[in-house]
Amino acid sequence: MQNDNSSIIEIAGLCKSYRRGSQIIPVLEDITFDIARGEFLALMGPSGSGKSTLLNLIAGIDRADSGTVRVAGVDITTMSEAELAGWRAAHVGFIFQFYNLMPVLTAFENVELPLLLTGLSRKERRAHAELALRMVNLEDRMDHYPSQLSGGQQQRVAIARAIVADPVLLVADEPTGDLDRVSAEDVLQLMGRLVHDFGKTIVMVTHDPRAAGKAHLVRHLEKGVLTA
Amino acid sequence: MFFIKLVIRNAFRHRLRTCLTIAGVAIAILAFGMLRTLVGLWYVGVESSSASRLITRNAISLIFPLPIAYAERIRQVPGVKTVSYGDWFGGIYIDEKHFFASYAIEPERYLDLYPEFILTREEREAFVRDRKGCVVGKKLADKYGWKIGDLITLKGTIYPGQWEFALRGIYRGKDKGTEERVLMFHWDYLNEVLKKTVPARADQVGYYIIGVTDPARAAEVALDVDRTFKNSLAETMTETERAFQLGFVAMTEAIMIAIQIVSYVVIVIIMVVAANTMAMTARERIPEYATLKTLGFGTEHIAAIVFGESVFISLLGGVLGVLLTFPASHWIETELAQYFPYFSVSRATIYIDLATACGIGAVAALFPTWRGATIRIADGLRRIG
Repeated sequence: MQNDNSSIIEIAGLCKSYRRGSQIIPVLEDITFDIARGEFLALMGPSGSGKSTLLNLIAGIDRADSGTVRVAGVDITTMSEAELAGWRAAHVGFIFQFYNLMPVLTAFENVELPLLLTGLSRKERRAHAELALRMVNLEDRMDHYPSQLSGGQQQRVAIARAIVADPVLLVADEPTGDLDRVSAEDVLQLMGRLVHDFGKTIVMVTHDPRAAGKAHLVRHLEKGVLTA
Repeated sequence: MFFIKLVIRNAFRHRLRTCLTIAGVAIAILAFGMLRTLVGLWYVGVESSSASRLITRNAISLIFPLPIAYAERIRQVPGVKTVSYGDWFGGIYIDEKHFFASYAIEPERYLDLYPEFILTREEREAFVRDRKGCVVGKKLADKYGWKIGDLITLKGTIYPGQWEFALRGIYRGKDKGTEERVLMFHWDYLNEVLKKTVPARADQVGYYIIGVTDPARAAEVALDVDRTFKNSLAETMTETERAFQLGFVAMTEAIMIAIQIVSYVVIVIIMVVAANTMAMTARERIPEYATLKTLGFGTEHIAAIVFGESVFISLLGGVLGVLLTFPASHWIETELAQYFPYFSVSRATIYIDLATACGIGAVAALFPTWRGATIRIADGLRRIG
């Protein structure tokens, strides 16, 4: 474990609301907390509690109404859309509940996708993508399309895609939500390895207490407020 | 390269939908190309008309004749180099189904004025010598299997009776636009018969063809010719061959405009159909675009993927449509030769077809591209599951 206990994510006074017609619905209210480098954090809470919204704000794919999110010392709330896109490509890996793989691309091509935004040569991209697939034990499935893989395998491809550009932060939204128990266990073990062996910081949203049990720290949200 | 691969694979994700869209664009481009060719053919006579030829006809109407005596007076007009004349004969070969254009002409100078009708020297001399001789275009000769020396009988419509001609020459057109389905015989022969049968109709011609010394002075010469016959019993109207041809085209211009409008409507319809298809495609792929954006791909990447797919599908349809125009035009040329003896799709039309196909794809992609490129990531990701 490479946890040096310094905060990689600092969230202060974060508020977010949605507008539905003339009605304003608060989703997050004054969220303030830090996440240490190399930590595996689980966010739990009932549906509509704002955990996915919080994850989106941490990952820079949504904008807060107020408050700040600093990741590795950089305030991402002041970035433009284009700056955020570049920042996400370089610093964040994403793991989704439904894998979000491109169905027309092979496992290898899906993993290669984030590297297209880097200056790496084709050969270097190939080496990185193969390494990432080897880390998730799918080197023999590189040429398979998502439809030719099981749910667990697809999620492992998604994890390979998330880590291929070597981001400091991984965000996972219900990564085991669409998997059977065995596959879910595989995926959680893999995520644990990424934290322990490679020092990644993971923020995971989950409903599953078993999944949350693998995390170092579990935080609860209820009606947009951090309760624990 | 990666994006091209993604565009091509995306294009064939829904094979049936893509194939139907390609077929729709292909048919639209085929129709557009054929209609454009048809309109172009209508003007081919105008385009191939010579700047150094004037046509003189009766000022009242083309159906009224002019005296043959005008020939000498026209020749006296300054700037006139050559004068010939002719008359629309309108004979029928076998029956009405075998109709083709036939003219009674003054052969020597007429053929000088129309160098685009290419005859061998022997054929030309044989035709000029034989007052009952005729020449026909190669396509016409091929159609009926006529050979030099064959006797061809036409049934007169304007000039009643059975008219028999000996085939003395088969001309070839200088280029593809030259009409090769015409029969020409001696005006003298027609006149001799008329003198015996209907003397009142003798010594008259349908039109004069004037070769001018300087094409730049053609308008001036035309005015001088008409001034010569001002206040005579048969006043003339002289115009360039181009204007004369345009006069014929103008009679059917409304039809041509309608055909042109139809060709544009076809394109607009397929644009709407293609736009609908692309909108459906983009709607289905919003989560994928959101995922790509999440991974750091920009608006320009998403726009390129949607736009590229739309243009690629349309271009495939366009290429297929262009390829189909060749057998289609060949079929028209052979099966509808009576109406369209020369129906060839020009290179310009092919380029316009392909550009139109790209245009269809581009216009069809506008809304889906905007939608895909501007979707908020969080909204796009919410659609999964």
